[in-house]
Amino acid sequence: MPAATFEELALPLFDQLYNFAHWLAQDATEAEDLVQETYTKALRGFSSFEIGTNFRAWMFRILRNTFLTSRSGLKSTAFDQEEAEAVASSQPTPEAMLIQQADRETVRQALTEVAAPFREILLLCEVEEMSYEEIAQVLAIPMGTVMSRLYRARKALRSRLLEKIKEGPNGL
Amino acid sequence: MACDAWQEKLDAYVDGELPSSDAATLARHLRECAACAAEALDRVQMKRAVAMAGKRYEPSAQFREKVRQSLGKSRRREGAWVWRIVALPATLVLVLSLAVGLYVDHEKTQRHRVYSELTDLHVATLASASPVDVISTDRHTVKPWFQGKIPFSFNLPELQGTDFTLVGGRVTYLAQSPGAHLIYRLRQHEISVFIFQDRGDETAALASSPISMLSFNVESWTKNGLRYFVVGDVGAQDVESLSKLLRDAG
Repeated sequence: MPAATFEELALPLFDQLYNFAHWLAQDATEAEDLVQETYTKALRGFSSFEIGTNFRAWMFRILRNTFLTSRSGLKSTAFDQEEAEAVASSQPTPEAMLIQQADRETVRQALTEVAAPFREILLLCEVEEMSYEEIAQVLAIPMGTVMSRLYRARKALRSRLLEKIKEGPNGL
Repeated sequence: MACDAWQEKLDAYVDGELPSSDAATLARHLRECAACAAEALDRVQMKRAVAMAGKRYEPSAQFREKVRQSLGKSRRREGAWVWRIVALPATLVLVLSLAVGLYVDHEKTQRHRVYSELTDLHVATLASASPVDVISTDRHTVKPWFQGKIPFSFNLPELQGTDFTLVGGRVTYLAQSPGAHLIYRLRQHEISVFIFQDRGDETAALASSPISMLSFNVESWTKNGLRYFVVGDVGAQDVESLSKLLRDAG
């Protein structure tokens, strides 16, 4: 008797996986295809999954890899090194008060506009509340890279958010 | 340790990734250092904003059903006929347990969201230069001050003979609805009491006995159509005794 069936483990992740897929693909139909394919692939590979290791990270990793090999995934992967560096060297002065007043839609827009690698790590950390270790597993990067990328992602989002608030009219 | 060194650790701290010994030392530092506390609060608020903004897309019911069915189909193909006999009850159990699981998960998330918002309000208020808009230890001054500012009225307890003192109050908002935020003091600690109109569905999952949340103790209950929250970094017992005073007053 197996400890848990695939459905028992996989179906509770459905909403989270869909949200993440939609953010990655920026399109509802493509998000559905991604989720469907993720479940199919995961079910097929379930026998190779080791019970006791992190199932959620495994599923997110399959979803992400599926996206990266898809057509729109290939287009989005170019890591915007320039943007990252520009952000790292021009830390804006703390304007916490302004940022606090940003409404959800403004934060969403800012999140849509940061580079894809930044967006996905922010979603995994803040929305999925994954540990650094889980994120490392999903993105297949070392823990140190998780921390530095997260740091730069937050900085990028913050400066994008400040720009949006200052330019209005959806800002304040 | 100097503030610069702490600031490097703030991200890991708010992400819950700092080793517990470091986290405890940093938490002590945050109580004493306004600059670092403001930085920490800023990060927490940013995290919360992203968490809320990021939960954006929901799958359609049809699509959910489609995936569920596709999983069922592939399982049926694999199974021998005997499985069909056990499949129905097993599916029922599975569906039920999933439904319960999803419900519990949802409740947990909901509770987590409400409580983090309240602890944020608590911390943000205490960090502000003027935490209360009506400053008085007299409940007969504080209570009428709210008249016309919020769409309900409430009773506050007599504190004589207890260790609690009333500091004052202000109008606050939770999920766009106005409420009263009262601050009480116990020894060197400030405790927040939040009162809102009860909206059953939103807050049904909230615990009636104190629970620990980000090292704050929180207790919540409803009475006479109002939802009360007590939030503070004092012990669970103290939160409970202030809650009892408030319950008895209403």
